[in-house]
Amino acid sequence: MADAVAAEGSAHSIPALLARNVQRYGGYPAYREKEFGIWQSWTWAQASEEIRAMAMGFLSLGVNRGDHIAIIGRNRPAHYWAMVAAQMCGAVPVPLYQDAVAEEMAYVLGHCGARFVVCGDQEQVDKVVEIEDQIHSIQHVMYTDKRGMRKYDHSRMNALGDVVAEGRAGHYRYEEELNRRIAELTYDSTCVMLYTSGTTGKPKGVVLSNRNIIETAKNSCAFDKLTRNEEVLAYLPMAWVGDFIFSVGQAYWAGFTVNCPENASTMMTDLREIGPTYFFAPPRVFEGQLTNVMIRMEDAGKFKKWLFDRYMALARKVGPAILDGKPVSGAERLGYALGNLFIYGPLKNTLGFTNIRVGYTAGEAIGPEIFDFYRSLGINLKQLYGQTEASVFITQQPDGEVRSDTVGVPSPGVEVKIGDNGEVFYRSPGTFVEYYNNPDSTASTKDPEGWVATGDAGFFEEGSGHLRIIDRAKDVGKMADGRLFAPKYVENKLKFYPNILEAVVFGAGKDRCTAFINIDLNAVGNWAERNNIAYASYQELAGHPKVYEMIKSHVNEVNASVALDPMLSGCQIHRFLILHKELDADDGEMTRTRKVRRNIVAEKFADLIEALYDGRTSVYTETEVTYEDGRKGAIKATLSIADADVAPEQRMAAE
Amino acid sequence: MNDMSDGYITADGRQIGGVLMELKNITLKFGGVTAISDISFDIRQGEIRAIIGPNGAGKSSMLNVISGFYIPTEGEVWFKGYKRGPMRPYQVAQLGIARTFQNIALFDGMSVLDNIMTGRLTLMKSGLLSQAMWWGSASKEEDEHREKVEKIIDFLEIQPIRKTPVGRLPYGLKKRVELARALAAEPKILLLDEPMAGMNVEEKEDMCRFILDVNDEFGTTIVLIEHDMGVVMDLSDRVVVMDYGRKIGDGPPDEVRNNQDVIDAYLGVAHD
Repeated sequence: MADAVAAEGSAHSIPALLARNVQRYGGYPAYREKEFGIWQSWTWAQASEEIRAMAMGFLSLGVNRGDHIAIIGRNRPAHYWAMVAAQMCGAVPVPLYQDAVAEEMAYVLGHCGARFVVCGDQEQVDKVVEIEDQIHSIQHVMYTDKRGMRKYDHSRMNALGDVVAEGRAGHYRYEEELNRRIAELTYDSTCVMLYTSGTTGKPKGVVLSNRNIIETAKNSCAFDKLTRNEEVLAYLPMAWVGDFIFSVGQAYWAGFTVNCPENASTMMTDLREIGPTYFFAPPRVFEGQLTNVMIRMEDAGKFKKWLFDRYMALARKVGPAILDGKPVSGAERLGYALGNLFIYGPLKNTLGFTNIRVGYTAGEAIGPEIFDFYRSLGINLKQLYGQTEASVFITQQPDGEVRSDTVGVPSPGVEVKIGDNGEVFYRSPGTFVEYYNNPDSTASTKDPEGWVATGDAGFFEEGSGHLRIIDRAKDVGKMADGRLFAPKYVENKLKFYPNILEAVVFGAGKDRCTAFINIDLNAVGNWAERNNIAYASYQELAGHPKVYEMIKSHVNEVNASVALDPMLSGCQIHRFLILHKELDADDGEMTRTRKVRRNIVAEKFADLIEALYDGRTSVYTETEVTYEDGRKGAIKATLSIADADVAPEQRMAAE
Repeated sequence: MNDMSDGYITADGRQIGGVLMELKNITLKFGGVTAISDISFDIRQGEIRAIIGPNGAGKSSMLNVISGFYIPTEGEVWFKGYKRGPMRPYQVAQLGIARTFQNIALFDGMSVLDNIMTGRLTLMKSGLLSQAMWWGSASKEEDEHREKVEKIIDFLEIQPIRKTPVGRLPYGLKKRVELARALAAEPKILLLDEPMAGMNVEEKEDMCRFILDVNDEFGTTIVLIEHDMGVVMDLSDRVVVMDYGRKIGDGPPDEVRNNQDVIDAYLGVAHD
């Protein structure tokens, strides 16, 4: 092994960083996974041994330089190892979203021409087997969990554990070849290929080099002073660039510990047991946790409720200031310390946030109330703005300059500029190499000087120098009378209400705006229970007049706040309806990262949009739905359409 | 069925072994009521054997005869080549027979983990005193049993509810915990009394997969009573059909499906 150890200066690939970490931190934990009720851990030295054995196993299966190895499964050490083992062999790891249905997988596997697939379990293997006759490139399938796999045809299939054993047994034969391949890796070799979620059209394969990943990890670790002592919980999809940067890039650069939950539904328990110091979550996770806390407080005793409300009010007032190190009076400081003892401390402990030093949220706008709730508890939650093509980081908020309405200043090493049409452009060491096999898209996204168009419209705030994002540049449009239409701006305001899960606003080219609303079953269901409103199904609850009444009051409030913005006051919602089904990625209405596909929604529900504009008060519709196992069905419903109150506009003179 | 004396191979390629249990001319009477009359069939090593029939056909009574809870009025039960006499419940467990119940029979106040641990009671060797004092071998033994239980928890995917009191669980999960407890005893024969009753389609699919996986992974012989014909036909290797305490059909699902007596019993017959 010693021959593979690289000096600090030459750590130009993930495998080289691994060797460096073995030398530096050999005896410290690199990975933990909860299995059989116990946290099992692997030190850097042990992890390296496993990864090298797996890589030699890959060699024994005939993995060539440049091959693509798809990895489909939940966050498990073995799957992270498979990615690094693939890199060791000179192959390119391609993690896929595990909840994708077979056809979606077929596109990606076909596009990258994967020769090898590592599947997490039988469910994933079944999907691969289903599409195997379309995708002729696939030569060998490996699976991590042996459960239920006995009856499969194993002529081109193996348990990953057996591949590792094979590699270990044959190490005399493969060691030399493996070391040669690791030594061949350069700063410009491909590190990983990640498919974008595809808000528009087919997913594109983003090729990221070792330089992209390692430079980004180096800069971002320095920005937040991440060290070997950090603990992270790896629970976000492995196919998402964020997980790759946090759980591989930064983890290998700083040498910290990656913890994998027992399974997806134990995440909250595992979070509490690990108590991460560095944590990342999309807004919906924070929203979900806050909703849970509030629902449980509704059921708490009077005294507890009183204590909670009292101290939370204090926390909202002084918490963020204390966190930012701003002056706060002695009495309030004392009150906050008491609150910490009685409320904030235990609450943070329940949420698993006791040890958090740095927390990030990104992907979508986060509601100011939600953001402030966590910050007032003393949790250093910040926002960042990024995308796959940038190896995540474009802008982020430095400690002490955190606000809910900006996304921060350009990350170290990143240059940002605003185009003439308001679109945000960036250039950085993390900027992707290319879209795989798609020179046209590469050329239209990245100009020869390396500037990349984000597709988002935004501006730098005067004074603070922070970037603010308004909307997707292509979604920002004009209404019939020429007023600005920014749907996301209004949708986000709507989604900040716990009762509203999703909102889709229409109005481009029309004389007024209308909206689809998705209720949050958790929050609205609980509200219904407390108010003795009986319902049998999602559909029935969504159509309940009382629910309409409640949503209408939310829409009215949003209209009032939108009316205050002279630029966007035209975006007030005149009419809305509550959808009879949740927008779902399985039906193609959302991306796997849960972003609404506006065009598809507009196309699919064209009849409903028509009804929103022609003045009808109710509309009958039939919608095709796809179940989790791929079968299709239809739901029929008669939806009522409600009018909202529109506030007087502060329209600009230029009309 | 003489051609199957040394086992047979199922449609999906599993090897079924020799006879594990044989029931010979079983008759069971409660006072004047004859619950089972003169039924004979066998259960083979590694197979999934279903008992079906309309309400009141005597299925649960049959299961109780197999488990040794009822002693047949007439007839013999042969298990692993020996004729079985009357037994106490712990002896049944020691023989390697475990079951789940039509009406869930778990300890509501105890956690899922503790409930499953009770399934290993007969396998624990340390005495009452050392267990109470948590001393020496008792603590080591518990670790070993806990490990086995954790494997079952992992197998049935109930990790998120490990520490949850059973009383707070929904019905479908309780059924799964009951299966876990039965599995904890490491049974040779697992008796399932209506494992899918009252479940929705998704829960049924999950349960089917677990039953198949148990059979596949541990080689456990499974005897199940079920009403859902689709489930029975998909799951089982051989089916016994009962009606009014009599056996009216016995064989692979396809054969049973086309049996005129079975069709009459289930769909009714025109009287003319």
